[in-house]
Amino acid sequence: MKVLVAVKRVIDYNVKVRVKPDNTGVDLANVKMAMNPFCEIAVEEAVRLKEKGVASEIVVVSIGPKACQEQIRTALALGADRGIHIETDEEVQSLEAAKLLKAVVEKEEPKLVILGKQSIDSDNNQTGQMLAALTGMGQGTFASEVVVDGEKVNVTREVDGGLMTVALNLPAVVTTDLRLNEPRYASLPNIMKAKKKPLDAMSPADLGVEITPRLSTLKVEAPASRQAGIKVADVAELVDKLKNEAKVI
Amino acid sequence: MSILVIAEHDNSSLKQATLNVVAAAKAIGGDIDVLVAGENVGAIAEAAAKAEGVNKVLVADNAVYGHFLAENLGELVAEVGKGYSHILTSAGTTGKDFMPRVAALLDVAQVSDIIRVESADTFVRPIYAGNAIATVKANDSIKVITVRPTGFDPVAAEGGAAAIEQLDVVKDAGLSSFVGEEKAKSDRPDLASAGVVISGGRGMQNGDNFKMLEQVADLMGAAVGASRAAVDAGFVPNDMQVGQTGKIVAPQLYVAVGISGAIQHLAGMSDSKVIVAINKDEEAPIFQVADYGLVADLFEAVPQFEEELKKVL
Ligand SMILES: Cc1cc2nc3c(=O)[nH]c(=O)nc-3n(C[C@H](O)[C@H](O)[C@H](O)COP(=O)(O)OP(=O)(O)OC[C@H]3O[C@@H](n4cnc5c(N)ncnc54)[C@H](O)[C@@H]3O)c2cc1C
Repeated sequence: MKVLVAVKRVIDYNVKVRVKPDNTGVDLANVKMAMNPFCEIAVEEAVRLKEKGVASEIVVVSIGPKACQEQIRTALALGADRGIHIETDEEVQSLEAAKLLKAVVEKEEPKLVILGKQSIDSDNNQTGQMLAALTGMGQGTFASEVVVDGEKVNVTREVDGGLMTVALNLPAVVTTDLRLNEPRYASLPNIMKAKKKPLDAMSPADLGVEITPRLSTLKVEAPASRQAGIKVADVAELVDKLKNEAKVI
Repeated sequence: MSILVIAEHDNSSLKQATLNVVAAAKAIGGDIDVLVAGENVGAIAEAAAKAEGVNKVLVADNAVYGHFLAENLGELVAEVGKGYSHILTSAGTTGKDFMPRVAALLDVAQVSDIIRVESADTFVRPIYAGNAIATVKANDSIKVITVRPTGFDPVAAEGGAAAIEQLDVVKDAGLSSFVGEEKAKSDRPDLASAGVVISGGRGMQNGDNFKMLEQVADLMGAAVGASRAAVDAGFVPNDMQVGQTGKIVAPQLYVAVGISGAIQHLAGMSDSKVIVAINKDEEAPIFQVADYGLVADLFEAVPQFEEELKKVL
């Protein structure tokens, strides 16, 4: 079966985020960018499905500026077979991303679409669910285990209070949580091989999707920072402070 | 303006988060209806009807909603919600699951995880793990919103007397079914709404050692949380993870034990009123946000903490 994986280029999770002085956004100039960590988990899951003989082909898609091709190449180096780049320099919000991915789903007809549950920049946690609704598919969000079983997929989900397993008809959408797998690193030979794998570029217009942001960001500010407090000498002092100064016990 | 709030519950009780979401709805202003969807939810509808500021409670009581499958809830909420100006629910895992489906079915954007209401169409939400705070204007005619409960003080649970109306809308998308669940049972308060939270990290070394934290938690009526590292290592279950991609907590008192203080962890607890850190590394970043820091070996400090607490509680 064919698996489609969507990946997003975001600020590297180790980078300290700085808000621009004019409050229009976050400073991304000369900042290290990387594949969103949840998308790495999505790619890894697809590769494991292929290694198990469940997936036959892995197509990886990314939306954004030219530079996204780096993340597509990374996914190809990790084991994806073919890349699709939907190139745009405009801001793409979750609903538009879902519509673009829907157009790709209609062309590619994958049995399974795997996405990260959220991207660590906008922290929206929306695109997979929106794609599932637009394509009329079931969804297994926040997945910690994915088992394909004939025409169904069982997805164990990380939910408030514990774990929940659902069975979905295929085709279906899965979004990854942290404990689904531990992504591998790409080996040098695979990085070299990935350069020769096919990568198609297209525009949103080619897919018949117009990008019209529905949300306007009016300003972006730094959070109110906490002041570091004091160091206490021992446990007795700690309890005394909590009781008599902070009055929280 | 008319606002539809989707109640969060587990078929046995109304979750406090619903009261926080009603508070967010009040900040927007307008008539507030609450939709209770689930199975055998009569008592929950009654509880919702007593909440302060609720105009009407709509009830969709059917087995197809019993496990909160997003495919079915999404269709239900899109149909019931299309007559409203705003649709709100809490940003728990159920809301995060079905709400974007509602937005997509209505062809509108969703505003996730709001922590403040500026006006009927403008909301404040954290981005980049809380390292930036965005003010966002929603331009669609229907605003679909998930609310971070810690951003809003709950409305009173008692005092209201809203009318209860049964809905006869059964949406079975036929795409998914419930297989099973593993719910961690605990008599301790709910992590997301507890007044005191004590969390352990990789420094705890194993799951058994979390018993030390549980004993302290029971003394203080606290919930027990964890860092991602402690969950990944299998010390404790996933639903205890506090952070950017886990639970967001803002208790009166947060005690971080053997946790270094990575930004992804801070994103989940830095709005706590008082933060205590116990860590043997005095350079650990957690001390930069802690009101009271204790540089100590947790295996000595935690049992002492329990003894000292016994003297004063
Ligand atoms: C996409 C993504 C999402 C993430 N989401 C989350 C999230 O939601 N929540 C989260 O917590 N993390 C999250 N993380 C992980 C985060 O980056 C850190 O790796 C994690 O928080 C570290 O956990 P820790 O502090 O327990 O472990 P460590 O960083 O290993 O810290 C352990 C601490 O314990 C102290 N210690 C050890 N032994 C003792 C002792 N005997 N006595 C006292 N102190 C001791 C050490 O000094 C150290 O400071 C995420 C990461 C990514 C990439």
